[in-house]
Amino acid sequence: MSQTRTLPHSGAVGVSRTGALARYAMWVALAAVFLLLPYVFGSRLALSTMSLMGTMIVFALSYNMLLGQTGLLSFGHAVFFGLGGFVTVHVLNMASSGAWALPLPLFPVVGGLGGLFFGALFGAIATKRAATAFAMITLGIGELVVSSALILRRFFGGEEGITTDRTEVMSFFGYSFGPQLQVYYLIAGWCFISIAVMYAITRTPFGRICNAVRDNAQRTAFIGYDTNRVRFIAFSLSGLFAGVAGGLSVINFEIVNAAQMGAVESGTVVLMTYIGGVGNFAGPIIGAILVTWLQLILSDATQIWPLYVGLLFIGMVMFAPGGIAGLLAMQGPVIAAGKLHRVLPWYLLALVPGVVAVIGLSIIAEAMHQFSIRAAYGPNITLYSMPFDVTSPWPWLTGLALAAAGIWLFLRAGRLARDAYDEVIAEGRTG
Amino acid sequence: MIESNFTPALELAALRKSFGPTEIIRGVDLSVREGERHAVIGPNGAGKSTLFHLVSGHLQLSAGNIRLRGEEIAGLPPQLINRRGLSRSFQVTNIFPRLSVWENVRCATLWSRGHRYSFWSAVDRLDDVTRRTEEILSEIDLIDRWRTPAGVLTYGEQRALEIGLTIASNAEVLLLDEPTAGMSHAETERVVALIRKVSEKRTLLMIEHDMHVVFGLADRISVLVYGQVIATDTPERIKANPAVQQAYLGTEVA
Repeated sequence: MSQTRTLPHSGAVGVSRTGALARYAMWVALAAVFLLLPYVFGSRLALSTMSLMGTMIVFALSYNMLLGQTGLLSFGHAVFFGLGGFVTVHVLNMASSGAWALPLPLFPVVGGLGGLFFGALFGAIATKRAATAFAMITLGIGELVVSSALILRRFFGGEEGITTDRTEVMSFFGYSFGPQLQVYYLIAGWCFISIAVMYAITRTPFGRICNAVRDNAQRTAFIGYDTNRVRFIAFSLSGLFAGVAGGLSVINFEIVNAAQMGAVESGTVVLMTYIGGVGNFAGPIIGAILVTWLQLILSDATQIWPLYVGLLFIGMVMFAPGGIAGLLAMQGPVIAAGKLHRVLPWYLLALVPGVVAVIGLSIIAEAMHQFSIRAAYGPNITLYSMPFDVTSPWPWLTGLALAAAGIWLFLRAGRLARDAYDEVIAEGRTG
Repeated sequence: MIESNFTPALELAALRKSFGPTEIIRGVDLSVREGERHAVIGPNGAGKSTLFHLVSGHLQLSAGNIRLRGEEIAGLPPQLINRRGLSRSFQVTNIFPRLSVWENVRCATLWSRGHRYSFWSAVDRLDDVTRRTEEILSEIDLIDRWRTPAGVLTYGEQRALEIGLTIASNAEVLLLDEPTAGMSHAETERVVALIRKVSEKRTLLMIEHDMHVVFGLADRISVLVYGQVIATDTPERIKANPAVQQAYLGTEVA
């Protein structure tokens, strides 16, 4: 303590408070977007889609508290979404029978408490281990809960699940929450709060120690932290927000069933989070919006839509492990240098054959589907407004040609885009 | 030196460690005085790093006692030993590669400043932590690299950060495992100066292969050979000790 000299860099290092204004502006902008979206997309379908997206944003962000922040790969995260939903639905039904006086907008808190309770319960077991063992335990917990749902029918409602009526609880300033618009605003409000709180948590001592555990758990113990305790708290908090998402889902759909706790849902949140990007706070938000949207439009267009989501996932893992947010963040220095015009044409050039390749692959996939599973419906399908007979060689040859040419050109253009990017970055470094 | 303090800063008694049938540490007795710089030397495979792993809680001992300022710490997990004021560095650089230099050091200050698992206070607003982090960074001469991810630092810088993480908690007893390993002559000089500075008001126990560093820095030296301390003494007397010369200096250091 003898050295009380002032540091030459004091104040300039580490903590910048000049960015505070910009940060507040970002939150105000986000709130404005949430408020104004219904004025742009006002249809019932759009409102319920956006309600679902808001729910999934909370769910995916809660998952990234584990995967991106703490380095814990869980295969059972939907358990906490589902259990939060079941707790919400039961309390909702009790409330509508007059046992509780609780207005609807507070029910996501109920879901959150449910998620927190089960997160702490299962977390106490799962976080005793890390890495692969942790992943296996969460997989087991997922199977355990789903299979017990078939036994505990009173709580889980069997295959049909439990339904409720959100309009029958205590009124809230005259809002009935019958119209989808009111539900949208309820979900948007909780989505905003959840994003803000989860972001704030990343900027606390605990949030930073989560990152330390992710990077190097062994060393974290030697700076005074119990790494199991860190994982346990992260798991519990992540359960809390998954439970909030489950509560929002119940309010939105007025039903919850055991399938929502299953491996498929747990897998979906991994896809969303990874496609969006685990290394960036905004990544899961992007992923949740994109994957929800894809699921909706693809499931409308084709029965084999999970194949396409799966392909997208594989593509991202192989070519852009940082996810979409990672790709966007890479453009930060390019934009800062004012050289986006130098790389953007190359990106578009890569995009064109990429789209061609996807069209080619989808023709093959759809033809195969029609040829095998849907053979009873006859050999004729219409793809991209073109009629095809899947017993003739034409759809196969067309698909193959488009896919081969598209992939080849995409890889070449991708390399050129990469070179253009590297060049701009190198210029930034030297001058 | 504070000779009036009779309780040693660190005391190892009859310490043993076996891996299966192989006994690596075969009854080590070692007493490190409060405030001294104590070096452990010995040929490769003597068990020096294992000894550090036992003291820091990284490995469980098979038998014996470890007392930190009179308190038994044998069998405690690493974090509890660290919280009692013993901090260590690693022979192989052991940092947080994706975190910035700033975050690395800041994380290492948090527990000792009482912020623990707090998920309700903004870490950027903890002025005591910010000040301490700046202090450490200027001490280890990495303040200009504060934004850089630790994983892309040069080897020498990573070794300095390793020491920064070790001293950030303000632990009274430091264990440094080969702090100058793999360094150039100039880098070694810088690290030695750094160690001299950070150990001024602390107790230091270090493993070191560079005899020039050891004899320049240590108040006392213990020689570990084949899992046992064969001598503990001042540098001059260690040099003159025939048993040491025979067992170690004569063969390993030409």
